[in-house]
Amino acid sequence: MSMRMGPGRHQASHYGKPKDFKGTLKRLLGYLKPYRVSLGVAILFILLATLFSILSPKVLGMATTELFSGFQRMATGGGIDFEAVGRILIVLGIIYLLSALFNYIQQYMIAGISQKTMYNLRKDVDEKLAKLPLNYFDTRTYGEILSRVTNDVDTVSTSFQQSISQLITSVATVIGILVMMLVISPWLSLIALITLPLSMLASMKVVKRSQGFFKGQQISIGELNGHVEEMYTGHEVIKLYGREKQVTEEFDKINDKLFDNAWKAQFCSSIIMPIIGFVGNLGYILVCVGGGVMVSAGMLPLGDIQAFIQYLRQFNQPISQTANIANIIQSTVAAAERIFEVLDEQEEVPDTDHPVKLTSVKGEVVFENVTFGYDKEHPLIKNLNFSVKPGQKIAIVGPTGAGKTTLVNLLMRFYDVDGGRILIDGVDIMDMTRDDLRDMFGMVLQDTWSFKGTIRENIRYGDLGQNDKNVVKAADAAYADHFIRTLPGGYEMILNEDASNISQGQKQLLTIARAVLSDPSILILDEATSSVDTRTELLIQKAMNKLTEGRTSFVIAHRLSTIRDADCILVLKDGDIIETGSHEELMAQGGFYKTLYNSQFAQPEAG
Amino acid sequence: MTKLLRYLRPFTKGIVLVVLLTFVSGFADLSLPALMSNIIDKGVATGNTGYIFTMGALMLALALLGMAATIVVGYFAARISTGLGRDLRKGIFRKVEEFALAEFDTFGTSSLITRTTNDVQQLQMFLMMLLRVVIMAPILCVGGIIMTLAKSASLSLVVVVAVPFLIFMVMMIANRALPLSKSMQRKLDRVNMVMREKLTGIRVIKAFNNTEYEKGRFDEANKDLTQTTVKMQRTMALLMPAVMVILNFSTIGLMWFGGLRIQAGAMMVGDVMAVVQYVMQIMMSFVMMSMVFVMMPRASASAERIMEVIDSQITVTDPEQPRRAPEDVKGSVEFRHVTFSYPGAPEPVIKDISFATAKGETTAIIGSTGSGKSTIIKLIPRLYDVTEGEVLVDGINVRDYAQKDLRAKIGYIPQKAVLFSGTIRSNILSGKEDATEEDMRAAAILSQSMEFIEQKEEQFDSPIAQGGTNVSGGQKQRLSIARAAVREPEIYIFDDSFSALDFKTDAALRAALKKKTQDAAVIIVAQRISTIMDADRILVMDEGQLIGVGTHRELLNTCEIYREIASSQLTAEELA
Repeated sequence: MSMRMGPGRHQASHYGKPKDFKGTLKRLLGYLKPYRVSLGVAILFILLATLFSILSPKVLGMATTELFSGFQRMATGGGIDFEAVGRILIVLGIIYLLSALFNYIQQYMIAGISQKTMYNLRKDVDEKLAKLPLNYFDTRTYGEILSRVTNDVDTVSTSFQQSISQLITSVATVIGILVMMLVISPWLSLIALITLPLSMLASMKVVKRSQGFFKGQQISIGELNGHVEEMYTGHEVIKLYGREKQVTEEFDKINDKLFDNAWKAQFCSSIIMPIIGFVGNLGYILVCVGGGVMVSAGMLPLGDIQAFIQYLRQFNQPISQTANIANIIQSTVAAAERIFEVLDEQEEVPDTDHPVKLTSVKGEVVFENVTFGYDKEHPLIKNLNFSVKPGQKIAIVGPTGAGKTTLVNLLMRFYDVDGGRILIDGVDIMDMTRDDLRDMFGMVLQDTWSFKGTIRENIRYGDLGQNDKNVVKAADAAYADHFIRTLPGGYEMILNEDASNISQGQKQLLTIARAVLSDPSILILDEATSSVDTRTELLIQKAMNKLTEGRTSFVIAHRLSTIRDADCILVLKDGDIIETGSHEELMAQGGFYKTLYNSQFAQPEAG
Repeated sequence: MTKLLRYLRPFTKGIVLVVLLTFVSGFADLSLPALMSNIIDKGVATGNTGYIFTMGALMLALALLGMAATIVVGYFAARISTGLGRDLRKGIFRKVEEFALAEFDTFGTSSLITRTTNDVQQLQMFLMMLLRVVIMAPILCVGGIIMTLAKSASLSLVVVVAVPFLIFMVMMIANRALPLSKSMQRKLDRVNMVMREKLTGIRVIKAFNNTEYEKGRFDEANKDLTQTTVKMQRTMALLMPAVMVILNFSTIGLMWFGGLRIQAGAMMVGDVMAVVQYVMQIMMSFVMMSMVFVMMPRASASAERIMEVIDSQITVTDPEQPRRAPEDVKGSVEFRHVTFSYPGAPEPVIKDISFATAKGETTAIIGSTGSGKSTIIKLIPRLYDVTEGEVLVDGINVRDYAQKDLRAKIGYIPQKAVLFSGTIRSNILSGKEDATEEDMRAAAILSQSMEFIEQKEEQFDSPIAQGGTNVSGGQKQRLSIARAAVREPEIYIFDDSFSALDFKTDAALRAALKKKTQDAAVIIVAQRISTIMDADRILVMDEGQLIGVGTHRELLNTCEIYREIASSQLTAEELA
C-alpha cells in the first residue's frame, strides 16, 4: 500500500490542489441537481435566517437608544418609555425566534440533501468499480483504490455539508452587515473597514509561510506510515533477527522529523486567528472611540453604536470563515477530482449486442491462434493453439511466469485476447455475455477470499440461490463439513475481516466448497491445493476427482504428483506450449517435463 | 482517556502556561466591553473627548496584550499537542516492537497500524483544539459571569436563570447525538470494510457472477450510513438555534430589567450594554464547549485503542539473569513434554511433544493443516512461550536466555517471505550486520539467489521496494534464505519455505544446504515428501499429537498416516 492518505488528509487543504478546479466543482455541484428544488428552498431559508439575524442588532440598538433617551429625560424629570421599549423587545423576540427556526429548517434540509448526494456519489463509485476491467485492479494496489473510494468520498462528504450552508450564510451575512453598517453610519463603516485589508494581508502572508511546513508534515506522515506499515507487517522477521533496535531508531528519526514539521505547521496556522482577532478588536476600539466622539457631538444615537459594534463582531467571523471555507472547498474539489478520475476510467468492453447463450454445455474448449500480452508491446502468449474435449482433465504446468494464470484470465474473460479466438462448444467467448460465460465456470483461486459473515454465507456465495441443505452437502463434498462442525458456532461461525480465525487450509476448503456448490460445467483449479497439506489434499483430490467427472477441468498446480492422472498435460514455458501429452507420454519423451518432474523428486547429492 | 494523562506529564509546565496565558487573553477580551461602557457612561455622557481617547488607548494596549498571549498559547498548544502525538507514537511503536506474536495476533497488523497513525492523529487534533479553543471557553464563561455580577448583581439573575436552561439543552442534544455519532463511525467502518472486501475479492466476485449481489451489499451499508448520518446531523442542527434562542431571550430580559434598573437610578446605560456583550461572550463560550461534544467520542475511542496497545501485557520477557550456553555445545534442540495453547483457545494446538535433534541432523515435520507443525517451530525462538513442558536449546531452557542471544543462534525462514525496503544487500545483511562481502556472496550463492542478482544492473545494490513487491515470490523466498544463511546459525528452521520455489531451485537449494549445514541442526516443516524424505528424523503430526518418529523407510512401515501422505505424492516404484 503506497502513501496512505489517512491522518494527513485533514490538512489536505494546504497540500493537494485540484488540476481543473472549475470543471470539477461544476461536476460536483451537478450531483445536487436532483435536489435543486429542496436546495432552493433551503437557500431561501438560509437567506431569511441571515436577514433576521442581521436585523436583530439594529432593533436591539433601537431599544438601547430608547433607554438612553429615557435616561437623558430622567435628568429633566421624565423617564423611560417602557411601552415603547416593550414594543421593540417583542419585535426583537419574534425576530430571534424566526431566525432560529429558519436556521434549524435550513440545516435540517441541507443535512438531508448533502448526505443523499454523498450516498449517490458512493453508489456511483461502487457501480463504476464493478464495470472496470480487471487490468485496473491489477495495476494498482488496493490501498490506492481504497483511499479514493473511502477517504476521498469521506472528505467530500464532511466538507460538503459544512460548506454549503456556511458559504451562503457567510456571503449573505457579509453583504447584509455591510449594508446595515453603511445605513447606520458611513463614517463609522469607513473606520471599521480600514482594518479589513490589514487582516487579509496578514493572514495571507502567514498562510503562505505555513504551506511549506504543511507540505513537509504531509511528506513526513507518508514516510512514517510507510515505515510503520512495513515494520508491523514484518514483525515476525524483526523479532527473529533481533532488528528491534535498528527499526526503532529509524522510527524515532522519522517521528522526530514529523514532530518538527508538524508543530511548525500547527503554530503557523494558529497565528492567523489572534491576528484576525486583534484586527477585529482594532476596529472595535476605533468604532468605540470614533462613535463615542460622534455621539457626544450629537451626530449619532447611542443605540447605533451598540448595533454597530455587534455588526462589527459579526462581520469578522464570516470573513475568516469564508477564507476557511475557500480552503475546505479546495480540498473538497481536489478529493472530488480523484473520485471523478475513477468514474472516468475506461470501462470494460461492453458485451456483444446479440449474445449467444449455450443451453447445455458440453465443455469443449478450443484456443485458436491466441495472442495476448498485459503490455500490448510484449505479447506473453503467441499463437497458442490447443483443444480440450468435453470432460477432459487438463493440467497446466510450467515455471513461474510461463503464463499459466494468464490462460485462466483469458478463459474467464478477465482479460480479452489480443488476437485469435477462444471457443467453448464452438462458440467464440466474445460472442457470449460475460455473465453467461462465467456461469459455466467454477473456480478455486490461489488466494482464498472470504468476507465478514457466517461460514454458511461464505459457502453459499458460490450460488446464492441454494438452500442450507445444499450448502452442507457442498461442504461435505469438499471435506469441509467435518472441520466446520468442530468450530465454535459451526456453520454460523462468523469469519472475521481477513478470516484469520480459521487456518489457511480451512479457508481453502471453504473456497472449494463454494466451487462445488456452484456446480459448474467447467472447473478451474488455480494452484488451489498448494497451501493445503498433503493429507487434506488427498481428501480433496478424491472430492475433486468426483467433481471433475463429466466436467472439463483445468488444473494448475506446482506439485506434479497431483496431476499425474490428467488426460492431458500442457507444459508452458514463456507463453508457449512446448510439450503436450499424458504423464506417461511426456516422461517417455524425456523433455522439459521430465526434467521438471525429476527435479521435484530428486535426491540431494549429498543424501 | 484518563490513563493518557501520564503522557501529558512532561508538558505540565507548558499546559500551566497555556492556562495562565489564556486567562490573560480572556481578561483582555473581557475588559474591552467594560472599557467601552466607561467610554459611554463617563466619556459620551459628559462629552469628555479626552477621556474617550485615553480609554481607547487603554483598549488598544489590552487588545495587543490579548493577541500576544494568544500567539504564545498557539505556540505552546502546537508544541504540546504534536509533542504528545510524537510521544504516543513512540510509546506505541516501542511497545509493539516488544510484542511477542501472541500480543501481535490479538490486535492484527492493520489495526496496529491505524492505532499508531490515525488514532494518534485524532488525539493530537483533539488536544490542539482543547488547548487553543476549549480552555478559553470556561474562562470566558466564568469571567463573563463575574463581570456581569460586578456590573449588576440583580441583572445577573437573568443569567442565573438562563444558564441551567442552556446546560439542560446542550446536554439533551449531546445525549442524543453522542450515540448516533458513535454508530455513524461504526457504519462508516462497515462501508469501508465492504469496499475493501470487494476490492480484494474482485476475481471471485466476477467468477461467480455476484456483481449484482455485491452491489446490494454495498448499497445496504451505504444506505445505513446515510440514514444514521442524516439523523445525527439533524439532531446537531438543533443545537445552535436552541442555544441562540435561549441567549437571545436573555438579552431581551437584560434590556427590559436593565431599563427598570436605569429608571430606578441604579444603573447606567453603558453598563447594560456591557452586560449584553458579556452575555454574548458567555453564549460563545457555550458554543465552543459544545465542540468538545462533537470531537470527544472520536478522541476517546482513539485514546482507548491506543492505551489498549500501550497497557497490554508482554507474554515473552527476558529472564533477570540470562544464561549463555557453553562454547562447545552447539546446534541442539530438545522438546520435553511440550504443550501449547494459543491464548484464549480452549484446546491446545500441540500436546505433550518430546523430541531431540543434534548438530548435523535434519529433522522434518510433516502433517495435515492445523496439526501443529508450524506451532512447534515457533516455540524454538520463543515467538510464543510454551504452556507446559520445556524447550531447550543447547541444553538450556529457552526461557533462560536473553531473547537476543537465543535468536542469534537461529536462522529462521518463515512461510511468507518478508523483505524490507532498501537494497538486496541491506536485506541480506539484516541477518548479520557485520558480515563481510564474502559472507554475503556465499549466502547469496547458497540460497540460489546469484542467478537473478547477477541479472540485475545494480547487482547487490538493486533496490527492493516496500514489501518486496518488485521481486517475484520465489526470489523473495531465496533472499530470505540468504538472510538466514549469512548469520551462519547453529539452527536452521524452514517453515514450509520451499513452496514458492520451483522444483529445480528447490532441489539445488537443498543440495547446497546439505553441504553447508554439517555443523548445524536443520528443522524443516514441509508439504512435499520429496523435500524431506532423506531427513535423519521425520516427525509426523496429527491433530496436535506426535504420532510417528523415524526415517522415511521406518515410517513407511510403521506409520499409517505417513504412508497415506507418501502414497499420494510418490509413485509405487518410488515407495518401494
